[in-house]
Amino acid sequence: MSALWSNERARLLVGIGAAGLLLFVVAPNVLSDFRLNLLAKFICLAMVAVGIGLAWGRGGMLTLGQGVFFGLGGYLMAMHLKLADAGPDGVPDFMLLYGDGTVPAWWEPMRSPVVTILAILLLPAGLAALLGLAVFKRRVRGAYFAILSQALAAAFVILLIGQQKVTGGTNGLNGFRSFFGFSLADPVNKEMLYYIAAGTLLVMVLTVRLIMRSRYGELLVAVRDQENRVRFLGYDPALVKVLAYTVAALFAAIGGALFAPVVGIISPADVGVVPSIAFLVGVAIGGRATLLGPVIGSLAVSWAETSLSERFPSFWTYFLGGLFILVVAFLPDGLATVGRLRLGRRSSSDEPAGPDTSDEPAPADDEHDEATATAGRTA
Amino acid sequence: MDALVSQLFAGLSLGSVLLLAALGLALTFGQMGVINMAHGEFMMAGAYTAFVVQKVVADAGVSLLVSLVIGFLVGGLLGLLLEVTLISRMYHRPLDTLLVTFGVALVLQQLARDVFGAPNVDVRAPAWLSGAVQVLGVGVPRTRLFILALAVLAVVAMALALKLTPLGRRIRATVANRDLAETAGISTRATDRLTFFLGSGVAGVAGVALTLLGSIGPTLGTAYIVDAFLVVVVGGIGQLKGAVIAAFGLGLLQAGIEYSSTASIAKVLVFVIIVAFLQVRPQGLVAVRTRSLA
Repeated sequence: MSALWSNERARLLVGIGAAGLLLFVVAPNVLSDFRLNLLAKFICLAMVAVGIGLAWGRGGMLTLGQGVFFGLGGYLMAMHLKLADAGPDGVPDFMLLYGDGTVPAWWEPMRSPVVTILAILLLPAGLAALLGLAVFKRRVRGAYFAILSQALAAAFVILLIGQQKVTGGTNGLNGFRSFFGFSLADPVNKEMLYYIAAGTLLVMVLTVRLIMRSRYGELLVAVRDQENRVRFLGYDPALVKVLAYTVAALFAAIGGALFAPVVGIISPADVGVVPSIAFLVGVAIGGRATLLGPVIGSLAVSWAETSLSERFPSFWTYFLGGLFILVVAFLPDGLATVGRLRLGRRSSSDEPAGPDTSDEPAPADDEHDEATATAGRTA
Repeated sequence: MDALVSQLFAGLSLGSVLLLAALGLALTFGQMGVINMAHGEFMMAGAYTAFVVQKVVADAGVSLLVSLVIGFLVGGLLGLLLEVTLISRMYHRPLDTLLVTFGVALVLQQLARDVFGAPNVDVRAPAWLSGAVQVLGVGVPRTRLFILALAVLAVVAMALALKLTPLGRRIRATVANRDLAETAGISTRATDRLTFFLGSGVAGVAGVALTLLGSIGPTLGTAYIVDAFLVVVVGGIGQLKGAVIAAFGLGLLQAGIEYSSTASIAKVLVFVIIVAFLQVRPQGLVAVRTRSLA
């Protein structure tokens, strides 16, 4: 047992070391400034994927509205950047263009960097907690939850586009000149943004690893696989789900907040229904219930999108659609399944939850409802 | 008074469009539990069918009626193809079906873009549908009345089909208890296919009807799919009645809030109201009583 423990600890350290080496030493030295900035963008998107992996892969909540939290984080950050660019008491340029040239009252707090960072950390997570409590407490789940989360994304985008005077409409918020006092035109500061993003992603992955290994992590998987049994044991499945959903929203918000300065724009096109679902592709391909699958899958899909869609824009859409169909229909555990088949039984020591839960794809809720329903009838 | 009546008609009209979009879903999602994100693209296919038919049949009136029939077949056959190739493999994984059909939706959209071009196209409305009629002192466009009538007709036809025909009996039996239905000699596989054909066919009809309201494009379906699903969720699954009430209820609500604020605020408020409503009735308006622990 102690040999296994030290082995696992060693594996963790090697993993962190390898990831750190790749992200902090190899990538900045090998890639050009442009490519490094692109990688920073992919990393921001991967943060959303890490959260989805937790909520969907481990918790069974198919959330189709992560773009909302990503967008909230991004827009909050963008509001601060616009205000900072405009100077004290200044008015962001687009407001002079579309609006009446005054800054609305709810924009004002974002002048302060501290308030902005607090808002990014608290507002989206708070919204997720509130919505999660409202929905999960009433045992709305499965497909119903998926549709509601999607409707949230749709409503969010409509609101953003409709309120052009204060949100920039379809153009979104763009043209940031500085990031907390550092000029964004300077490549050194762009590189700093990359390091911040890479470090944040690493911390997120380690956090999820902690969660997965904790008692709570086991409870989450139990809720995913047999919600009613967990309830009969005296736990409240709703609270278990709300926590995972909130963490996922927090990760998405941080990803969005870094996305805005890295890419230089945040617009409804980044946060709507389609981008929200697109976040799921990487997670599905990499293996939704695994620790590293969502990150690697998301990075791979972003990279493929950039390199393929530049040359063959229409081909990319077919490719993305085809990937969705093939992976979800035929490889529900993602490409990680292929690796696991080859590695044989190593996975069983890797997953404390036991083969019963870890080796199966996140099953949908309705299945158990049916099972329990028939059980109830025969009883 | 005039304002009230015109808002009422705006709401009813929106409701009828929602109902047409959601009616097929009430069958495929409500009865079979399949989340078909490509449903909106079946509507898009129906709309483009009308566009193509109009190229062949010059008379706008005849082409509309022909399109309604062909649109039903196009939507239905696409649905049948989808059911046979993909969905039939994944009835035990409803959430995964959602993602797979989203992939199908992406492919169909791009296909439409490559075949018909990205810009929107127009379908001419027949002469007998141009202009407005005076109802209670308010001018109501004839196209809107036509869609309202079509929605009502579609609901009545589907309700009667489910209630009276042998196929409808088989569908209801399969939904109520699949194992028992199979024991009684019903081919549940064939029933699934036919149900999916019907539901998707109605999407095609809805698409044809939408050509009367404006120009159509490859992303036509995405504009309606979320609202259509919400209608079924609010209505409660398993009953057409719920979808009808929910569609008109949401339509009236949206139009009513729009009147006193803006369209975008109305959308957000309607969403908040739906979440609040699900607090009271998580099973939707019309719930089929079961003894499950849902």
